[in-house]
Amino acid sequence: MACLALTGLLLAASPGAGEEVGSYVVTGDAIMEPLVGGKGDPARGDALISDRQRSLCTLCHSGPFPDAHLHGTLAPDLTGVGARLSEGQIRLRVVDMKRLAPNTIMPSYYRVADEEGRRVATVWRSKPILTGADIEDIVAYLTTLKG
Amino acid sequence: MRALWGLAGVVGALTCSMVAAAGIKDGEKRSGFDFMTRETQALQADDMANPGMLWVLQGEQLWHQAEGKAEIACAGCHGEASQTMRGVAARYPAYDEATGRPTDLVGRINSCRAARQEAEPLAPESDALLALTTYVAHQSRGMPIPPATDARLAPFRDNGRRLFQSRIGQLDLSCASCHHTNWGKRLGGSVIPQAHPNGYPLYRLEWQGVGSLQRRLRNCMVGVRAEPFAFGAPELVELELYLMEQAQGLPIETPAVRP
Repeated sequence: MACLALTGLLLAASPGAGEEVGSYVVTGDAIMEPLVGGKGDPARGDALISDRQRSLCTLCHSGPFPDAHLHGTLAPDLTGVGARLSEGQIRLRVVDMKRLAPNTIMPSYYRVADEEGRRVATVWRSKPILTGADIEDIVAYLTTLKG
Repeated sequence: MRALWGLAGVVGALTCSMVAAAGIKDGEKRSGFDFMTRETQALQADDMANPGMLWVLQGEQLWHQAEGKAEIACAGCHGEASQTMRGVAARYPAYDEATGRPTDLVGRINSCRAARQEAEPLAPESDALLALTTYVAHQSRGMPIPPATDARLAPFRDNGRRLFQSRIGQLDLSCASCHHTNWGKRLGGSVIPQAHPNGYPLYRLEWQGVGSLQRRLRNCMVGVRAEPFAFGAPELVELELYLMEQAQGLPIETPAVRP
């Protein structure tokens, strides 16, 4: 817990590239406020989490989603995640898990990674993996998974 | 107290990255063959069923076919491939005196075409180039990949290792993220193998055809949303070099079959 407290209250700097990445405030191991105005739509989040091309979630995570035989085993099962973590904790883990575990394979979904040498493909350059609204939908859905 | 925790975090992170950098332990080394279903293994094991054998047959024809202004066939210099090419694929990529760099089997075939046959290079992933490469590599089937001995290749191999461990693309993943740290687990519905190059060129059911190791490396780069290196790029050959070192001791399987 002391480790988490170290992160304290930090303002994440926006890379300023693309209209879709805004700034957010990290409190402990959570982002308390939604990335964009208003609550996400859990139904949309439900559909998006199983979208193997867009969100990619189920490539690594299993959970109470369709097509269980196509779920990955690289990351924790998301069943009951809404009981284990708060909304704000889930939000930070989707936005930037590397802040909590620098070596994680979980991509930072709300970050532009155009650094020299990264070779980000042209179509993906200057864009986060998902928009703030997409992430809010996913967060809204995951908080409903109570077990 | 906070400083101590911070230090512990740094030590932990370093330990994790050292474990990842160490790669696959010798006792755990397994060909991609071992991760497949029995059905796909049977397809590879039976030459009458293995679709990659069609490329071997085409390659055999091309081996004996005169080409270029010199009107000479591969066989004109190299004779019977079953003797002269035996073991060659297990030693590639090899140091190329002319360029002072490693070259892979595909590169060697095209440079031989230019220098000896005075012919145009064959296009990357063309049927003819894959067929010739598959035919040559097939001559080494069953032979284990020998230890690396040519000291001139070391800096290139080191660069291959660095590339293997570098996070790239929008998804910010390295080859090692999956193939060192998480082999044996599932990505989507597919088991992640250890990224050994010992079956190439190979028939991939997903491709419905034979493809090169470079094609596979480029696929993975596109998968992590990175700009793939061009076919024949030095970086891809350096990655191949590193993969061969990592696979040392595994037998050549060309033409392997993979899902």
